[in-house]
Amino acid sequence: MATLKALRMRINSVKSTRKITQAMKMVAAAKLRRAQTQAEAARPYAERMARMLGSLGAAVAGSPDAPRLLAGTGGDQTYLLVVVSAERGLSGAFNTNVSRLGRGRARELGAQGKTVRILSVGRKGAAFLKRELADRFVGEVSFAGQKRVGFEDAAGVATMITEMLERGEFDVCELIYNRFQSVITQVPSLQRLIPSPMPELAETKGPQALYEYEPGEDEILAQLLPQNLAIQVYRALLESAAGFYGSQMNAMDNATRNAGEMIKKLTLNYNRTRQANITSELIEIISGAEAV
Amino acid sequence: MATFQLELVSPEKLLLSRQVDMVVIPAAEGEMGVLPGHAPMIVTLRGGAIRVQEAGQWTESLFVAGGFAEVTGERVTILRDEATPVAQPSRTAAERRVAEAESAYTEAATGTPERREAAMQRLLSARAMVALAEAA
Repeated sequence: MATLKALRMRINSVKSTRKITQAMKMVAAAKLRRAQTQAEAARPYAERMARMLGSLGAAVAGSPDAPRLLAGTGGDQTYLLVVVSAERGLSGAFNTNVSRLGRGRARELGAQGKTVRILSVGRKGAAFLKRELADRFVGEVSFAGQKRVGFEDAAGVATMITEMLERGEFDVCELIYNRFQSVITQVPSLQRLIPSPMPELAETKGPQALYEYEPGEDEILAQLLPQNLAIQVYRALLESAAGFYGSQMNAMDNATRNAGEMIKKLTLNYNRTRQANITSELIEIISGAEAV
Repeated sequence: MATFQLELVSPEKLLLSRQVDMVVIPAAEGEMGVLPGHAPMIVTLRGGAIRVQEAGQWTESLFVAGGFAEVTGERVTILRDEATPVAQPSRTAAERRVAEAESAYTEAATGTPERREAAMQRLLSARAMVALAEAA
């Protein structure tokens, strides 16, 4: 049985752990709110971009000389997986989940005889994936030390992707990230970037305005598509950031609760031990007195 | 007087949304004045100033480095490429940009035609920014 002193030290240590996790939970909650606002602020641009792309893409889709960013290279031999994870841990299964999905997808594609390349965004996912798939890595992006991800960061990643496409280094590009469903649920999901799935055309069924294009449709698409790619990446980064804080908040909430339970158990144990000590001392004294 | 909705959107947020009389946008093939009831168009933008007229007055002139504009009869949506929130460029920032663009241009001189074209666009847009900063 542990001594009283050891128990007291243990209780104190768990108490300070609880303080830390509690503080982290509150910090994560505040950051979550900020990340959510940022994600919301980015929505108008994405919506309008999708609207333009919808009317433009319909005009070009299916034509043989559609731009590569829209139609891909035509092959599907080489896959580029862009795995978005967080920069930090202490967030439950957040990083593991998304990395696992990435690893599973890489294995699946490997089994089909495809070549897989990995571009990882975020430090934690990179560490996980490197254990097994280090030779597939073509790039690593990390935003460690940055307070928030900006559009420029996403644009940088998008440029890397387009440059690789221009050099013909892959045929299909897929984005793997944690989709933010709610504060408590983040769903690791896979989204195809190139060839890009056409935006929903359902809403364009009504009387649709016929646009004039200046300069031509091709020139506009040539500018719109890279920008659209950057927007997709940006959205994924924002969702991942919001998801990360949600996940961290949860993990820290659990940790705080567990620490509380542990303190309760330890305190009970401590009191019992103390009582037992007193009792045995009393018995000693009494039996000593009786012997006299 | 008839008005229409002008929206200026950057990737990071909606910068502006209000009713205006007229707007002049720096389209890729020349400045374009838009009044209510304009024919629907999608145009690309080069670097330059968006000038806004409200209640018969030129009220604002905003810098864009590039992007797209969607014009319909009752709405003009401008999507800017960059997230920089500065609507009014400062002289020093503009000059720094020109310097950056110039070095990028010399670097790209040996690259593919597309890259050269992109660097050229960047340089022109940076020069437009300087011109605008000087006028302000």
